[in-house]
Amino acid sequence: MNPEHAPIIQMKNIEKHFGSVIALAGVSLEIFPGECHCLLGDNGAGKSTFIKTMSGVHKPTRGEILFEGRPMQFDDPRDAISAGIATVYQDLAMIPLMSVSRNFFMGNEPEKRFGPFKLFDHDYANRVTLEEMRKMGINLRGPDQAVGTLSGGERQTVAIARAVHFGAKVLILDEPTSALGVRQTANVLATIDKVRKDGIAVVFITHNVRHALAVGDRFTVLNRGKTLGTAQRGQITPDELQDLMAGGQEMVALESSLGGTV
Amino acid sequence: MSDSAHAQPGDERIKQTSALRKALIRPELGGICGTVIVFVLFAIFAGDSGMFNSQGVLNWSIVSAQFMIIAVGACLLMIAGEFDLSVGSMIGFAGMMIAIFTVTLGWPVWQSILITFALCMAIGALNGVIVVRTGLPSFIVTLAFLFILRGFTIYLPQLIERKTIIGGIDKAAEGDWLAALFGGKILGGLFTWLGEAGIIAVFERGNRAGQPVVDGIPMLIVWALVLVAFGHFVLTRTKFGNWIYASGGDAQAARYVGVPVNRVKILMFMFTAFCATVFATCQVMEFGSAGADRGLLKEFEAIIAVVIGGALLTGGYGSVIGAALGALIFGVVQQGLFFANVESSLFRVFLGVILLFAVVLNTYIRRMITGER
Repeated sequence: MNPEHAPIIQMKNIEKHFGSVIALAGVSLEIFPGECHCLLGDNGAGKSTFIKTMSGVHKPTRGEILFEGRPMQFDDPRDAISAGIATVYQDLAMIPLMSVSRNFFMGNEPEKRFGPFKLFDHDYANRVTLEEMRKMGINLRGPDQAVGTLSGGERQTVAIARAVHFGAKVLILDEPTSALGVRQTANVLATIDKVRKDGIAVVFITHNVRHALAVGDRFTVLNRGKTLGTAQRGQITPDELQDLMAGGQEMVALESSLGGTV
Repeated sequence: MSDSAHAQPGDERIKQTSALRKALIRPELGGICGTVIVFVLFAIFAGDSGMFNSQGVLNWSIVSAQFMIIAVGACLLMIAGEFDLSVGSMIGFAGMMIAIFTVTLGWPVWQSILITFALCMAIGALNGVIVVRTGLPSFIVTLAFLFILRGFTIYLPQLIERKTIIGGIDKAAEGDWLAALFGGKILGGLFTWLGEAGIIAVFERGNRAGQPVVDGIPMLIVWALVLVAFGHFVLTRTKFGNWIYASGGDAQAARYVGVPVNRVKILMFMFTAFCATVFATCQVMEFGSAGADRGLLKEFEAIIAVVIGGALLTGGYGSVIGAALGALIFGVVQQGLFFANVESSLFRVFLGVILLFAVVLNTYIRRMITGER
């Protein structure tokens, strides 16, 4: 990476135990501003647990988190959000019954004074929402359009735009493309690319190697609660990544029986 | 296409929505249509029965206002994603507490009212805390309080006064500043003037001859209108209103962006209890007594009014204005059947039918909003 950049987040030897289950057994990771860091791994590899420690949902059992060089203790997601770490969850990004602009400003409602009252500034919210959506390439019928009418990819895009608008420095995307069609996936990947170029660090969780290779700068593979190393773009082939994710040998056997199509 | 060119050069697959469809996804629509239908029907079938003279209007306005007061609380709570089945019992309980404090303990009425409000809102908060902490459905938790509060409402007066109705509050309330806020009337001068001007009916004989039949607007109606205006304002115009929608729409998604969902829900339980206590206080001040059976089934009537008003039982969507119209439909039909000389038990049949109709319509509307098929 660019040497003049210091890492924005350093996760050092993170361990997380749930009772007798060791979900993470010492995972280390550095994330730099402006990079798209792909976190790959099969189901149960510990990806979700890992990003939840990063976003303040879980406290690590052992290990250290440095944010902008300083040790950080996040007591709840709110702390992480105000520090600038925003997480977009796959199916919990938006509320379908509410309008796009109400969703966009949910939890960050703009207010204006009206006599003794403080009112929700709908004019401002609608204007900003339309503007931000246009930047992301989504044309809304109107800011009062319900989120339920948007496609899955558009919802992810709205959630990303929202996180960026409210000053996220690190954007964690939890499997944003796993439930999407081809076209929608392309849109979300394009959005990730756009956001990265604005200098925001993107942590992109996926188990799809092709999606990762499309936008990723660096790739970290998790397997059974451990990192199997981090690779730069260009240093690794899709097949190698796939093998790492699945844990090697069995995959080779499986793949040959399936004719190399996985 | 010149007409679409000035709009965004957008997705050709987004159809322009018709004004009708846009109107259809407003939650108030059902309430507005229902209100118009109900008024037209009764104008035809009961138009000459006195339903629409000053006395008749006051009659169904009072009944509607009662429904409205509890519907506002139930509406905001339902949009926040919860139910309160203890509203009816809370009404009985609050009335009984005012009576016991005033008659048995001899407190001034204003003090009884204030303490009762504090007590009932604390019980509302308890409802909310249990629901939020345990994650149990509010249906079950408040069902428990339906029985607990009703039980106390029957037991306490029997224990203390050896009867189930405590009277004599009207005498104690005379001249009390706070009691007047619930039991009084306003705009008496206006109605006297209207009577003298011959616009509304006046008594023709007796010791009140010359005075208008309707001598003011009861505070009950004022409370209803104020609560509706307040609820609508909070829901649509404030940050907190957005939190109410978000808490009911998807509590987890709301938490992830920092909405204090638990606080919102507990406050809404307290507001529902507040509305029930307003209802109870107005009723006690009007009757001068409190009875152990007051408020029976009111929780369901409140919920029905809210659903007719377009709110979804699952939360996250609804309108206070709609709920108020639902309450108006209720009041007009209940009293209108009486004016039209129809057997009053048919009112229940009407309730059931309109509830079913409203729920089906709401489900259809939700599909339209969320684009489900």
